[in-house]
Amino acid sequence: MTLEADCPLKMYEEHHDLADYQSGVPRWCSGCGDNAILTAMQRLCRDHNLRPEKTAFISGIGCSSRLPHYMRAYGFHSIHGRALPVAEGVKMARPDLDVFVVTGDGDCCSIGSAHWIHALRYNMNLTVVLHDNHVYGLTKKQASPTSPRGLKSNTTPRGAYLEALNPLTVTLGVQNVSFVAQAVDWIPETLYDILDAAFRHRGLSFVRVIQRCSEFLPKLFDPWLRDPQKVQLLTHEGALKPSAGLAAVYKNQLDHDPADMNRAREIASLEDPIPVGILYRNPDVPCYEDLRLSDKVRNAETIRAGLEAEFDRFTVWPGGKRTQRGRAQGGNADDANGSDG
Amino acid sequence: MNDMTILKPQGGAKGPGRQAVKLAEAIIEIVSDSGEGAQRCGQSLGSIAAKMGNGVWTVEIIPAEIQPPARSVAGASGNRVRIGSRPVSNGGDEADLVVAFNEQVLLGRVNAGELKPGCIILLESMWRDDSDAAVARSYVGTYERLVKAGYRVHEIPMERECLRLVADARRGKNMFALGMLCSIYSLDRQLAREQIAIAFAKKDAKVVKTNTDLFEAGWTWAADNLEFRFAIPAVKAKEPQLVINGNTALALGVLASGMEICAMYPITPATSVSHYLSEVFERVGGVIHQAEDEIAACTFAIGASYAGKCAVTVTSGPGFSLKQEAIGLAVMAEIPLVVINVQRGGPSTGQPTKGEQGDLLTAIYGSHGDAPKVVLAPSTIEDCFYSVITARRIAELFNMVVVVLSDANLATGQQPFLRPQFSADWLAAPVDQSALPKDAKPYDWDAVTGLARRFVPGQPGGMHTLTGLAHDRDSHVAYDPKSNEDGLRSRSLKLAALQKTLKLPKLFGEESGDLLVIGWGSTRGAIEEGVERLRAEGHKVSSLQLQFLQPMASGLKEVMQRFRKVMTVECNWSDNPADQLINEDNRRYSALATMLRARYLVDVDCWTEVRGRPIKPGVVAEALRARLRALT
Repeated sequence: MTLEADCPLKMYEEHHDLADYQSGVPRWCSGCGDNAILTAMQRLCRDHNLRPEKTAFISGIGCSSRLPHYMRAYGFHSIHGRALPVAEGVKMARPDLDVFVVTGDGDCCSIGSAHWIHALRYNMNLTVVLHDNHVYGLTKKQASPTSPRGLKSNTTPRGAYLEALNPLTVTLGVQNVSFVAQAVDWIPETLYDILDAAFRHRGLSFVRVIQRCSEFLPKLFDPWLRDPQKVQLLTHEGALKPSAGLAAVYKNQLDHDPADMNRAREIASLEDPIPVGILYRNPDVPCYEDLRLSDKVRNAETIRAGLEAEFDRFTVWPGGKRTQRGRAQGGNADDANGSDG
Repeated sequence: MNDMTILKPQGGAKGPGRQAVKLAEAIIEIVSDSGEGAQRCGQSLGSIAAKMGNGVWTVEIIPAEIQPPARSVAGASGNRVRIGSRPVSNGGDEADLVVAFNEQVLLGRVNAGELKPGCIILLESMWRDDSDAAVARSYVGTYERLVKAGYRVHEIPMERECLRLVADARRGKNMFALGMLCSIYSLDRQLAREQIAIAFAKKDAKVVKTNTDLFEAGWTWAADNLEFRFAIPAVKAKEPQLVINGNTALALGVLASGMEICAMYPITPATSVSHYLSEVFERVGGVIHQAEDEIAACTFAIGASYAGKCAVTVTSGPGFSLKQEAIGLAVMAEIPLVVINVQRGGPSTGQPTKGEQGDLLTAIYGSHGDAPKVVLAPSTIEDCFYSVITARRIAELFNMVVVVLSDANLATGQQPFLRPQFSADWLAAPVDQSALPKDAKPYDWDAVTGLARRFVPGQPGGMHTLTGLAHDRDSHVAYDPKSNEDGLRSRSLKLAALQKTLKLPKLFGEESGDLLVIGWGSTRGAIEEGVERLRAEGHKVSSLQLQFLQPMASGLKEVMQRFRKVMTVECNWSDNPADQLINEDNRRYSALATMLRARYLVDVDCWTEVRGRPIKPGVVAEALRARLRALT
């Protein structure tokens, strides 16, 4: 909805409520953890009063990657594993957009794992949410890289053979990583707070959300749900601060300064209790788009001038008028066979 | 410095006073071990001749390895330069003169059949006295065999002459050779000095001075000691000309098209496009992104295009294969995208440094399902420039993927062409951020053209989720039969809409006759020269070089019907009907012939060659003669 503001220069001030970010009826199974993430995401958009047309949700393939369809914003439900490079292209072309990436444990940690590692290194200003339900859901119960060892699935009927990949230790091992957090779908308050901190962080914020698959692994997280002690909240001044109500339930808390990478790596290795909170945050890592985009005005005249200057380098003028600068052949600087001096 | 005793006198007048023999053209090769600079010598020679107004075409002779073993037959590295009085459109037939820094790299060229009978060879003589007896033996043996075979071999003490000026002759012999060649072919000495200054512009003045001295020494040595001298009269162009290779032309095309983002992954022979862009793109506010892999390069470009700025990705064969799923996504979601494929030999790793036209059918039919896209192929260096501008425009007008098929022969070939006049029409329109009308649909396909207005993030009222899944006009995932067919039909119709705007290129030769040769891409020069020779012999042969391979312009069938026989000449595989097992039931035709046969129901024959080198006009002419003989 749009209200006229007092200041004549600021013609409209837009206010949005939750409904402004909702689109369609989610087709996820009832009890699926994706619903919790969707709700938190819509709240986040509302609370930051994001303009829907300036917000983009980019996803790959999998149950989680359906999320953009349920957001009223620009969305791009791309192909399996490639949400990150698509989002990087969007951000590079349009730094004015708020770009979110929605991915799953198969999408991000298996088929798209090369992009995952390099996205961390590029550190573009993206909010990346890994919906980690430890199983392939859309293709009906195959083991994923984060499936616990021994998990019986359609591709591992006698149990998964390998230890699970830990997305937190992987991300924290990559140069240029700037924000790593972990949430669980069954604590909406911290899920929201973590997404909020991730969105506020300038750089690539990577949030792993441990998420229940009600269809194929309905009981996997029961012990953690039943026993709050099996969740360790990471708190810190300026980072995560649980409400009194939440703190009363989740008493297992650890004061962790997200600036401390070594400690973050130790915490990331913990499997039980599950650490929930911000593991690492470094606002000083440069963003790739800031390194690459020039602040030069780009218009027909600048392109013409740049092009003419390049033409000059390679032009043979009639009547002996000659160019002063440049070299003989363009694109031959790579000539490995003729680099003599 | 004239030590006449080392000369192998061949008789005839020597010295600066001798008459230059006028030639219509000459094919010159210079070959060395990798790293000895033969390529720079050849490129400089080509540039000097071009600046004088000669027609020029240069072809790189590239070993597959960066540092192949020294003195090896497979390690020949260098350039072929064809210089003509008239414009030159291809590398020509066999060489008239070869400069070789050792006899092994020379043998590489001899064995490949690249030398004319009686070809002049200027051979580094230092190996005759090599301390390694085996090397000396090999040299002497080769020398004697070549002389016996009728080649006019001149032993040149290049090393010794260069050592008078530099401590390491390996770095400098190339400029000595350039001096010899410029003297032999009567090129403009002052232009040559300027060219050396340009070639070493990145180095300090001392390097330029040393190389100029080496050049002068070579010039003087040739003038004083060689009995032959030639001149290839040039007609100076009246308009300014650009002298660049195909990859530089593609990169300049990217600049000129107004595209802002290029995403790539290193791959031969496409990479030099990106090298050049890396140097200059930022100056006009562009970004070249070296992605972590080919798939990321393609999807990065798709993301940028989706966000409103049509982007380009540049690759070669293996990378083109890897991008196919992403290309399908761009087709499905109707995101404009330019894909430049500088083709190399395939399949698999194939021949990375050698040209081939093996990717046509992949470009047209690649990606699973029905994924219509536009495919066009530049056939000259000039075309490389303009084709990128055309590709970007089509991509954005039709929201389609446009594949530009260049190849390794165009990539490294150099040819002067008219300096383009900048036009603001080349550039992309600014990103549309205007609000969309209420109830606007992101895929409101036009019933006739299949076109729909593209919604770009940032446009109020246009929020929707793009998907690679089958979708309806609202961009909602749709599995119903009608929506699926609607989408497939609309995406296909766009090709027809584009096709209505295309014009058939002009025929080379008469409008009718006995034989029509159809080609595409880099083979243009060799085909037209071959056709020209046959026409001079009185044959009724014409040729047609197609620019658009998908869709194809109307009128092609009518043209084909005016000839008794139609065939394609291509640089890709086709079965030879003479092979024992091959007959009409199983013969695999070349790519374009397959397309033409299927589309027009015309019995199109084909002749192809996949020897990892540019097709020669003489070879084309011979193939055409054979087809004509079969007609009568």
